[in-house]
Amino acid sequence: MAEKATEEQILYASILNKGMMIGFLGLCATFAVYALGILSPMIPIGEVQHYWVMSVADYLQESGIKAGWAWAGNLSYGDMLNFAPIAFLSGLTVVCYLAIIPGLLRKKDKAYVVLAVLEVVVLSVAASGILGSGGH
Amino acid sequence: MSRFSKISIVAILLIAVMVFVVSSLSLASSGGTKAIEEAAAQVTGTEHVWWFWPLVLFVLTFVLGIFAVLAGVGGGVLYVPIVSGFLPFHLDFVRGAGLIVALAGALAAGPGLLRKGMADLRLAIPLALIASTCAIGGAMIGLALPTNVVQTLLGATILMIVVIMIMAKKSEFPNVPKADALSQSLGIMGVYHEPTLGKDIDWKVQRTPIALGLFVIIGVMAGMFGLGAGWANVPVLNLVMGAPIKISVATSKFLLSITDTSAAWIYLNNGAVLPLMVVPSVVGIMLGSLVGVKVLLVTKPKVIRIMVIVVLGVAGLKALQKGLWPELI
Repeated sequence: MAEKATEEQILYASILNKGMMIGFLGLCATFAVYALGILSPMIPIGEVQHYWVMSVADYLQESGIKAGWAWAGNLSYGDMLNFAPIAFLSGLTVVCYLAIIPGLLRKKDKAYVVLAVLEVVVLSVAASGILGSGGH
Repeated sequence: MSRFSKISIVAILLIAVMVFVVSSLSLASSGGTKAIEEAAAQVTGTEHVWWFWPLVLFVLTFVLGIFAVLAGVGGGVLYVPIVSGFLPFHLDFVRGAGLIVALAGALAAGPGLLRKGMADLRLAIPLALIASTCAIGGAMIGLALPTNVVQTLLGATILMIVVIMIMAKKSEFPNVPKADALSQSLGIMGVYHEPTLGKDIDWKVQRTPIALGLFVIIGVMAGMFGLGAGWANVPVLNLVMGAPIKISVATSKFLLSITDTSAAWIYLNNGAVLPLMVVPSVVGIMLGSLVGVKVLLVTKPKVIRIMVIVVLGVAGLKALQKGLWPELI
Protein backbone atom coordinates (compact mmCIF):
# COMPACT_ATOMS: atom_id res chain seq x y z
CA MET A 1 0.00 0.00 0.00
CA ALA A 2 1.59 3.22 -1.03
CA GLU A 3 -1.09 5.70 -0.18
CA LYS A 4 0.46 8.44 1.83
CA ALA A 5 -1.33 8.39 5.13
CA THR A 6 -2.27 11.91 6.13
CA GLU A 7 -0.53 13.76 8.93
CA GLU A 8 -3.61 13.21 11.13
CA GLN A 9 -3.64 9.48 10.41
CA ILE A 10 0.00 9.13 11.40
CA LEU A 11 -0.54 11.09 14.60
CA TYR A 12 -3.69 9.12 15.44
CA ALA A 13 -1.87 5.84 14.77
CA SER A 14 1.10 6.83 16.88
CA ILE A 15 -1.01 7.69 19.93
CA LEU A 16 -3.17 4.60 19.46
CA ASN A 17 -0.10 2.38 19.23
CA LYS A 18 1.51 3.70 22.40
CA GLY A 19 -1.79 3.74 24.27
CA MET A 20 -2.62 0.18 23.21
CA MET A 21 0.75 -1.06 24.45
CA ILE A 22 0.37 0.70 27.80
CA GLY A 23 -3.22 -0.48 28.17
CA PHE A 24 -2.48 -4.08 27.29
CA LEU A 25 0.50 -4.27 29.64
CA GLY A 26 -1.63 -2.61 32.33
CA LEU A 27 -4.37 -5.17 31.76
CA CYS A 28 -1.92 -8.06 32.25
CA ALA A 29 -0.21 -6.44 35.25
CA THR A 30 -3.40 -5.58 37.14
CA PHE A 31 -4.85 -9.01 36.43
CA ALA A 32 -1.70 -10.58 37.88
CA VAL A 33 -2.14 -8.45 41.01
CA TYR A 34 -5.75 -9.66 41.21
CA ALA A 35 -5.16 -13.33 40.44
CA LEU A 36 -2.10 -13.68 42.66
CA GLY A 37 -3.94 -12.06 45.55
CA ILE A 38 -1.36 -9.27 45.94
CA LEU A 39 -4.24 -6.92 46.68
CA SER A 40 -7.36 -8.43 48.19
CA PRO A 41 -10.45 -8.09 45.97
CA MET A 42 -13.75 -6.47 46.86
CA ILE A 43 -15.52 -9.71 45.86
CA PRO A 44 -13.54 -12.80 46.89
CA ILE A 45 -12.23 -14.30 43.67
CA GLY A 46 -13.80 -17.68 44.36
CA GLU A 47 -17.24 -16.11 44.70
CA VAL A 48 -17.30 -14.33 41.33
CA GLN A 49 -18.71 -17.47 39.70
CA HIS A 50 -21.85 -17.05 41.80
CA TYR A 51 -22.40 -13.63 40.29
CA TRP A 52 -21.62 -14.08 36.60
CA VAL A 53 -24.70 -16.29 36.11
CA MET A 54 -26.95 -13.41 37.24
CA SER A 55 -28.19 -10.45 35.29
CA VAL A 56 -26.12 -7.34 35.89
CA ALA A 57 -28.96 -5.78 37.92
CA ASP A 58 -29.09 -8.80 40.25
CA TYR A 59 -25.30 -8.88 40.48
CA LEU A 60 -25.14 -5.24 41.56
CA GLN A 61 -27.88 -5.77 44.09
CA GLU A 62 -26.48 -8.99 45.57
CA SER A 63 -22.83 -8.00 45.63
CA GLY A 64 -23.33 -4.43 46.76
CA ILE A 65 -20.95 -3.27 44.02
CA LYS A 66 -21.68 0.27 42.83
CA ALA A 67 -21.91 0.81 39.08
CA GLY A 68 -20.48 3.80 37.20
CA TRP A 69 -17.13 5.25 38.19
CA ALA A 70 -17.29 3.92 41.78
CA TRP A 71 -14.40 1.56 40.97
CA ALA A 72 -12.10 4.58 40.67
CA GLY A 73 -12.43 5.17 44.40
CA ASN A 74 -11.64 1.53 45.20
CA LEU A 75 -8.36 0.98 43.36
CA SER A 76 -6.82 -0.53 46.46
CA TYR A 77 -8.88 -3.66 45.77
CA GLY A 78 -7.38 -6.18 43.35
CA ASP A 79 -10.53 -6.63 41.26
CA MET A 80 -11.37 -2.93 41.04
CA LEU A 81 -7.79 -2.16 39.97
CA ASN A 82 -8.46 -4.06 36.73
CA PHE A 83 -10.95 -1.40 35.66
CA ALA A 84 -8.16 1.17 35.35
CA PRO A 85 -6.57 -0.33 32.19
CA ILE A 86 -10.00 -1.25 30.79
CA ALA A 87 -11.11 2.38 31.19
CA PHE A 88 -7.77 3.55 29.80
CA LEU A 89 -8.26 1.45 26.65
CA SER A 90 -11.85 2.65 26.36
CA GLY A 91 -10.68 6.25 26.64
CA LEU A 92 -7.92 6.06 24.04
CA THR A 93 -10.10 7.04 21.10
CA VAL A 94 -11.03 10.34 22.75
CA VAL A 95 -7.35 11.15 23.26
CA CYS A 96 -6.62 10.35 19.60
CA TYR A 97 -9.46 12.58 18.41
CA LEU A 98 -8.36 15.44 20.67
CA ALA A 99 -4.86 15.12 19.26
CA ILE A 100 -5.89 15.49 15.61
CA ILE A 101 -8.21 18.45 16.10
CA PRO A 102 -5.43 21.11 16.11
CA GLY A 103 -4.07 19.75 12.79
CA LEU A 104 -7.54 19.85 11.25
CA LEU A 105 -7.96 23.42 12.52
CA ARG A 106 -4.66 24.45 10.94
CA LYS A 107 -5.87 23.05 7.62
CA LYS A 108 -9.17 24.89 8.07
CA ASP A 109 -10.92 21.56 7.57
CA LYS A 110 -14.07 22.84 9.27
CA ALA A 111 -16.31 19.87 8.51
CA TYR A 112 -13.91 17.38 10.07
CA VAL A 113 -13.22 19.67 13.04
CA VAL A 114 -16.96 19.65 13.76
CA LEU A 115 -17.19 15.88 13.25
CA ALA A 116 -14.19 15.26 15.51
CA VAL A 117 -15.50 17.56 18.25
CA LEU A 118 -18.91 15.87 18.08
CA GLU A 119 -17.27 12.46 18.40
CA VAL A 120 -15.36 13.62 21.47
CA VAL A 121 -18.62 14.87 22.97
CA VAL A 122 -20.44 11.59 22.21
CA LEU A 123 -17.67 9.42 23.68
CA SER A 124 -17.28 11.69 26.69
CA VAL A 125 -21.00 11.53 27.42
CA ALA A 126 -20.88 7.73 27.13
CA ALA A 127 -17.88 7.60 29.45
CA SER A 128 -19.31 10.03 31.97
CA GLY A 129 -22.05 7.74 33.17
CA ILE A 130 -24.61 10.52 32.65
CA LEU A 131 -26.64 8.12 30.57
CA GLY A 132 -27.47 6.10 33.62
CA SER A 133 -26.55 2.84 35.17
CA GLY A 134 -28.47 -0.13 36.37
CA GLY A 135 -29.54 -2.79 33.88
CA HIS A 136 -32.90 -4.49 33.68
CA MET B 1 -26.68 -1.00 -7.28
CA SER B 2 -25.41 -4.58 -7.55
CA ARG B 3 -27.45 -7.57 -6.53
CA PHE B 4 -25.26 -8.23 -3.52
CA SER B 5 -25.34 -4.70 -2.21
CA LYS B 6 -29.13 -4.94 -2.38
CA ILE B 7 -28.99 -8.23 -0.50
CA SER B 8 -26.77 -6.63 2.17
CA ILE B 9 -29.11 -3.69 2.62
CA VAL B 10 -32.19 -5.90 2.71
CA ALA B 11 -30.54 -8.25 5.22
CA ILE B 12 -29.51 -5.43 7.54
CA LEU B 13 -32.94 -3.79 7.27
CA LEU B 14 -34.63 -7.12 7.96
CA ILE B 15 -32.57 -7.57 11.09
CA ALA B 16 -33.44 -4.04 12.20
CA VAL B 17 -37.16 -4.58 11.65
CA MET B 18 -36.99 -7.89 13.48
CA VAL B 19 -35.15 -6.27 16.39
CA PHE B 20 -37.72 -3.48 16.57
CA VAL B 21 -40.75 -5.75 16.39
CA VAL B 22 -39.56 -8.30 18.91
CA SER B 23 -38.34 -5.55 21.27
CA SER B 24 -41.69 -3.82 21.15
CA LEU B 25 -43.60 -7.02 21.78
CA SER B 26 -41.35 -8.03 24.62
CA LEU B 27 -41.42 -4.78 26.54
CA ALA B 28 -45.01 -5.63 27.38
CA SER B 29 -44.23 -9.05 28.76
CA SER B 30 -40.90 -9.78 30.36
CA GLY B 31 -41.83 -12.96 32.14
CA GLY B 32 -39.17 -15.11 30.49
CA THR B 33 -36.25 -13.39 32.16
CA LYS B 34 -36.50 -15.33 35.38
CA ALA B 35 -36.69 -18.61 33.56
CA ILE B 36 -33.53 -18.06 31.57
CA GLU B 37 -31.64 -16.91 34.64
CA GLU B 38 -32.77 -19.99 36.54
CA ALA B 39 -31.77 -22.14 33.60
CA ALA B 40 -28.39 -20.47 33.43
CA ALA B 41 -27.93 -21.05 37.13
CA GLN B 42 -28.63 -24.75 36.66
CA VAL B 43 -25.78 -25.02 34.20
CA THR B 44 -23.39 -23.95 36.91
CA GLY B 45 -24.69 -26.46 39.40
CA THR B 46 -21.21 -27.66 40.18
CA GLU B 47 -18.73 -25.27 41.75
CA HIS B 48 -15.22 -25.01 40.41
CA VAL B 49 -11.98 -23.49 41.58
CA TRP B 50 -11.94 -19.81 40.67
CA TRP B 51 -9.57 -20.21 37.74
CA PHE B 52 -11.52 -22.99 36.01
CA TRP B 53 -13.91 -20.87 33.92
CA PRO B 54 -11.35 -18.12 33.22
CA LEU B 55 -9.02 -20.84 31.93
CA VAL B 56 -11.82 -22.29 29.78
CA LEU B 57 -12.44 -18.77 28.46
CA PHE B 58 -8.76 -18.27 27.72
CA VAL B 59 -8.46 -21.55 25.80
CA LEU B 60 -11.73 -20.98 23.95
CA THR B 61 -10.88 -17.41 22.96
CA PHE B 62 -7.40 -18.51 21.89
CA VAL B 63 -9.03 -20.96 19.45
CA LEU B 64 -11.61 -18.33 18.44
CA GLY B 65 -8.78 -15.89 17.76
CA ILE B 66 -7.17 -18.35 15.34
CA PHE B 67 -10.46 -19.10 13.61
CA ALA B 68 -11.45 -15.43 13.43
CA VAL B 69 -8.30 -14.57 11.47
CA LEU B 70 -8.68 -17.57 9.17
CA ALA B 71 -12.35 -16.87 8.52
CA GLY B 72 -11.87 -13.13 8.14
CA VAL B 73 -14.33 -12.18 10.88
CA GLY B 74 -13.96 -10.18 14.08
CA GLY B 75 -13.61 -11.84 17.44
CA GLY B 76 -16.80 -10.38 18.91
CA VAL B 77 -19.14 -12.00 16.42
CA LEU B 78 -17.82 -15.44 17.40
CA TYR B 79 -17.33 -14.67 21.08
CA VAL B 80 -20.81 -13.51 22.09
CA PRO B 81 -22.96 -16.30 20.61
CA ILE B 82 -20.55 -19.11 21.47
CA VAL B 83 -19.73 -18.01 25.03
CA SER B 84 -23.33 -17.06 25.85
CA GLY B 85 -24.66 -20.20 24.19
CA PHE B 86 -22.40 -22.82 25.69
CA LEU B 87 -20.79 -21.40 28.85
CA PRO B 88 -22.54 -20.47 32.11
CA PHE B 89 -22.02 -16.70 31.96
CA HIS B 90 -25.02 -14.38 31.87
CA LEU B 91 -25.57 -12.64 28.55
CA ASP B 92 -25.10 -9.20 30.14
CA PHE B 93 -21.50 -9.98 31.08
CA VAL B 94 -20.81 -11.82 27.84
CA ARG B 95 -21.88 -8.77 25.83
CA GLY B 96 -19.74 -6.50 27.99
CA ALA B 97 -16.74 -8.78 27.56
CA GLY B 98 -17.49 -9.22 23.84
CA LEU B 99 -17.32 -5.48 23.29
CA ILE B 100 -14.01 -5.18 25.14
CA VAL B 101 -12.66 -8.14 23.13
CA ALA B 102 -13.72 -6.52 19.84
CA LEU B 103 -12.42 -3.15 21.02
CA ALA B 104 -9.02 -4.53 22.02
CA GLY B 105 -8.63 -6.27 18.66
CA ALA B 106 -9.54 -3.10 16.78
CA LEU B 107 -7.24 -0.94 18.90
CA ALA B 108 -4.37 -3.35 18.29
CA ALA B 109 -4.89 -3.45 14.53
CA GLY B 110 -5.67 0.26 14.13
CA PRO B 111 -2.18 1.80 14.21
CA GLY B 112 -0.76 -0.48 11.49
CA LEU B 113 -3.78 -0.07 9.24
CA LEU B 114 -3.76 3.72 9.59
CA ARG B 115 -0.01 4.04 9.00
CA LYS B 116 -0.14 1.96 5.84
CA GLY B 117 -3.04 4.02 4.57
CA MET B 118 -5.28 0.97 4.35
CA ALA B 119 -7.73 2.32 6.92
CA ASP B 120 -8.88 5.76 5.84
CA LEU B 121 -9.54 8.28 8.57
CA ARG B 122 -11.64 10.59 6.37
CA LEU B 123 -13.85 7.69 5.37
CA ALA B 124 -14.12 6.44 8.96
CA ILE B 125 -14.83 9.66 10.87
CA PRO B 126 -18.36 10.48 9.58
CA LEU B 127 -19.47 6.84 9.73
CA ALA B 128 -17.96 6.39 13.19
CA LEU B 129 -19.83 9.38 14.55
CA ILE B 130 -23.17 7.90 13.48
CA ALA B 131 -22.32 4.35 14.55
CA SER B 132 -20.85 5.26 17.94
CA THR B 133 -23.79 7.51 18.80
CA CYS B 134 -26.26 4.78 17.89
CA ALA B 135 -24.21 2.12 19.67
CA ILE B 136 -24.88 4.00 22.91
CA GLY B 137 -28.60 3.69 22.25
CA GLY B 138 -28.19 0.03 21.32
CA ALA B 139 -26.27 -0.72 24.51
CA MET B 140 -28.90 1.01 26.63
CA ILE B 141 -31.72 -0.86 24.88
CA GLY B 142 -29.81 -4.15 25.24
CA LEU B 143 -29.37 -3.65 28.97
CA ALA B 144 -32.98 -2.57 29.45
CA LEU B 145 -34.62 -5.45 27.57
CA PRO B 146 -35.35 -8.78 29.25
CA THR B 147 -32.55 -11.30 28.76
CA ASN B 148 -34.66 -13.83 26.88
CA VAL B 149 -35.60 -11.18 24.33
CA VAL B 150 -31.99 -10.11 23.76
CA GLN B 151 -30.99 -13.78 23.54
CA THR B 152 -33.71 -14.44 20.96
CA LEU B 153 -32.76 -11.39 18.92
CA LEU B 154 -29.10 -12.35 19.17
CA GLY B 155 -29.88 -15.81 17.83
CA ALA B 156 -31.89 -14.40 14.94
CA THR B 157 -29.17 -11.85 14.20
CA ILE B 158 -26.43 -14.49 14.20
CA LEU B 159 -28.45 -16.59 11.77
CA MET B 160 -28.86 -13.54 9.53
CA ILE B 161 -25.09 -12.96 9.73
CA VAL B 162 -24.60 -16.54 8.59
CA VAL B 163 -26.84 -15.81 5.60
CA ILE B 164 -24.87 -12.63 4.84
CA MET B 165 -21.59 -14.56 5.11
CA ILE B 166 -22.86 -17.18 2.69
CA MET B 167 -24.44 -14.82 0.17
CA ALA B 168 -22.50 -11.58 0.17
CA LYS B 169 -19.67 -11.49 -2.33
CA LYS B 170 -16.73 -9.14 -2.22
CA SER B 171 -15.96 -6.70 -4.95
CA GLU B 172 -12.22 -6.03 -5.10
CA PHE B 173 -12.47 -2.84 -7.11
CA PRO B 174 -16.10 -1.72 -7.26
CA ASN B 175 -17.00 0.51 -10.17
CA VAL B 176 -17.89 3.95 -8.86
CA PRO B 177 -18.70 6.11 -11.88
CA LYS B 178 -19.19 9.28 -9.86
CA ALA B 179 -18.63 10.19 -6.24
CA ASP B 180 -21.76 11.48 -4.52
CA ALA B 181 -22.01 15.11 -3.49
CA LEU B 182 -21.61 14.47 0.23
CA SER B 183 -18.45 12.40 -0.10
CA GLN B 184 -17.06 14.97 -2.53
CA SER B 185 -17.69 17.81 -0.11
CA LEU B 186 -16.05 15.79 2.70
CA GLY B 187 -13.10 14.88 0.50
CA ILE B 188 -13.54 11.14 0.96
CA MET B 189 -11.30 9.64 -1.69
CA GLY B 190 -7.85 8.19 -1.96
CA VAL B 191 -5.24 6.22 -3.83
CA TYR B 192 -3.40 3.09 -2.86
CA HIS B 193 -0.89 0.82 -4.49
CA GLU B 194 -2.19 -2.64 -5.28
CA PRO B 195 0.81 -4.96 -5.29
CA THR B 196 -1.04 -7.80 -7.04
CA LEU B 197 -1.66 -5.51 -10.02
CA GLY B 198 1.49 -3.47 -9.64
CA LYS B 199 -0.38 -0.20 -10.00
CA ASP B 200 -1.97 2.60 -8.03
CA ILE B 201 -5.73 2.43 -7.57
CA ASP B 202 -7.75 5.62 -7.25
CA TRP B 203 -10.88 5.17 -5.21
CA LYS B 204 -13.90 7.25 -4.37
CA VAL B 205 -17.24 6.43 -2.81
CA GLN B 206 -20.93 6.74 -3.63
CA ARG B 207 -24.26 6.52 -1.80
CA THR B 208 -22.80 8.09 1.34
CA PRO B 209 -26.23 9.16 2.71
CA ILE B 210 -27.55 5.59 2.37
CA ALA B 211 -24.44 4.25 4.09
CA LEU B 212 -24.86 6.74 6.94
CA GLY B 213 -28.43 5.47 7.35
CA LEU B 214 -27.24 1.88 7.45
CA PHE B 215 -24.63 2.77 10.05
CA VAL B 216 -27.46 3.89 12.34
CA ILE B 217 -28.68 0.29 12.32
CA ILE B 218 -25.17 -1.16 12.54
CA GLY B 219 -24.39 1.02 15.57
CA VAL B 220 -27.56 0.03 17.41
CA MET B 221 -26.90 -3.65 16.81
CA ALA B 222 -23.24 -3.45 17.78
CA GLY B 223 -24.23 -1.88 21.08
CA MET B 224 -27.20 -4.10 21.74
CA PHE B 225 -25.45 -7.43 21.17
CA GLY B 226 -21.81 -6.56 21.89
CA LEU B 227 -20.88 -8.20 18.62
CA GLY B 228 -18.53 -5.73 17.04
CA ALA B 229 -19.87 -5.02 13.59
CA GLY B 230 -17.28 -5.92 10.98
CA TRP B 231 -19.77 -8.36 9.45
CA ALA B 232 -21.99 -5.41 8.53
CA ASN B 233 -19.37 -2.66 8.08
CA VAL B 234 -17.53 -4.39 5.26
CA PRO B 235 -20.55 -5.05 2.99
CA VAL B 236 -21.73 -1.45 3.43
CA LEU B 237 -18.29 0.06 2.76
CA ASN B 238 -17.52 -2.27 -0.13
CA LEU B 239 -20.81 -3.06 -1.83
CA VAL B 240 -22.89 0.02 -1.00
CA MET B 241 -20.28 2.79 -0.96
CA GLY B 242 -17.96 1.16 -3.46
CA ALA B 243 -14.69 1.37 -1.52
CA PRO B 244 -12.12 -1.25 -2.63
CA ILE B 245 -12.26 -4.39 -0.51
CA LYS B 246 -8.88 -3.82 1.15
CA ILE B 247 -9.82 -0.27 2.13
CA SER B 248 -13.22 -1.55 3.34
CA VAL B 249 -11.84 -4.33 5.52
CA ALA B 250 -9.15 -2.12 7.06
CA THR B 251 -11.44 0.86 7.62
CA SER B 252 -14.08 -1.44 9.12
CA LYS B 253 -11.58 -2.84 11.61
CA PHE B 254 -10.51 0.66 12.58
CA LEU B 255 -14.15 1.82 12.81
CA LEU B 256 -14.79 -0.84 15.45
CA SER B 257 -12.30 0.87 17.75
CA ILE B 258 -14.62 3.90 17.81
CA THR B 259 -18.06 2.25 17.62
CA ASP B 260 -17.25 -0.30 20.31
CA THR B 261 -15.69 2.35 22.57
CA SER B 262 -18.98 4.15 23.10
CA ALA B 263 -20.93 0.94 23.75
CA ALA B 264 -18.18 -0.43 25.98
CA TRP B 265 -18.49 2.64 28.23
CA ILE B 266 -22.21 1.98 28.69
CA TYR B 267 -21.60 -1.63 29.72
CA LEU B 268 -18.70 -0.56 31.94
CA ASN B 269 -20.77 2.14 33.64
CA ASN B 270 -23.63 -0.31 34.16
CA GLY B 271 -21.40 -2.82 35.94
CA ALA B 272 -21.58 -5.39 33.11
CA VAL B 273 -17.82 -5.87 32.87
CA LEU B 274 -16.12 -8.51 35.02
CA PRO B 275 -12.32 -8.53 34.88
CA LEU B 276 -12.26 -12.27 35.56
CA MET B 277 -14.03 -12.76 32.21
CA VAL B 278 -12.58 -9.85 30.24
CA VAL B 279 -8.85 -10.26 30.77
CA PRO B 280 -8.53 -13.98 29.90
CA SER B 281 -10.77 -13.34 26.87
CA VAL B 282 -8.77 -10.37 25.59
CA VAL B 283 -5.42 -12.07 26.10
CA GLY B 284 -6.68 -15.34 24.62
CA ILE B 285 -8.13 -13.81 21.48
CA MET B 286 -5.08 -11.62 20.89
CA LEU B 287 -2.65 -14.53 21.22
CA GLY B 288 -4.95 -16.64 19.07
CA SER B 289 -4.99 -13.93 16.40
CA LEU B 290 -1.19 -13.89 16.32
CA VAL B 291 -1.13 -17.66 15.84
CA GLY B 292 -3.96 -17.38 13.31
CA VAL B 293 -1.89 -15.09 11.10
CA LYS B 294 0.87 -17.76 11.02
CA VAL B 295 -1.60 -20.60 10.42
CA LEU B 296 -3.17 -18.61 7.59
CA LEU B 297 -0.03 -19.21 5.54
CA VAL B 298 -0.37 -22.99 5.63
CA THR B 299 -4.11 -23.62 5.62
CA LYS B 300 -7.09 -23.29 3.35
CA PRO B 301 -9.16 -20.37 4.65
CA LYS B 302 -12.18 -21.48 2.60
CA VAL B 303 -12.54 -24.69 4.63
CA ILE B 304 -12.14 -22.74 7.88
CA ARG B 305 -14.71 -20.21 6.71
CA ILE B 306 -17.23 -23.00 6.12
CA MET B 307 -16.47 -24.38 9.59
CA VAL B 308 -16.98 -20.97 11.17
CA ILE B 309 -20.27 -20.52 9.32
CA VAL B 310 -21.45 -23.89 10.64
CA VAL B 311 -20.32 -23.07 14.21
CA LEU B 312 -22.01 -19.68 14.04
CA GLY B 313 -25.17 -21.32 12.72
CA VAL B 314 -25.20 -23.75 15.65
CA ALA B 315 -24.47 -20.92 18.10
CA GLY B 316 -27.29 -18.87 16.56
CA LEU B 317 -29.74 -21.75 16.95
CA LYS B 318 -28.54 -22.29 20.53
CA ALA B 319 -29.12 -18.60 21.32
CA LEU B 320 -32.61 -18.83 19.82
CA GLN B 321 -33.35 -21.91 21.89
CA LYS B 322 -32.09 -20.24 25.09
CA GLY B 323 -34.24 -17.24 24.35
CA LEU B 324 -37.42 -19.00 23.30
CA TRP B 325 -37.27 -22.34 25.11
CA PRO B 326 -34.87 -21.98 28.05
CA GLU B 327 -36.40 -25.01 29.78
CA LEU B 328 -34.85 -27.23 27.09
CA ILE B 329 -31.30 -26.62 28.40
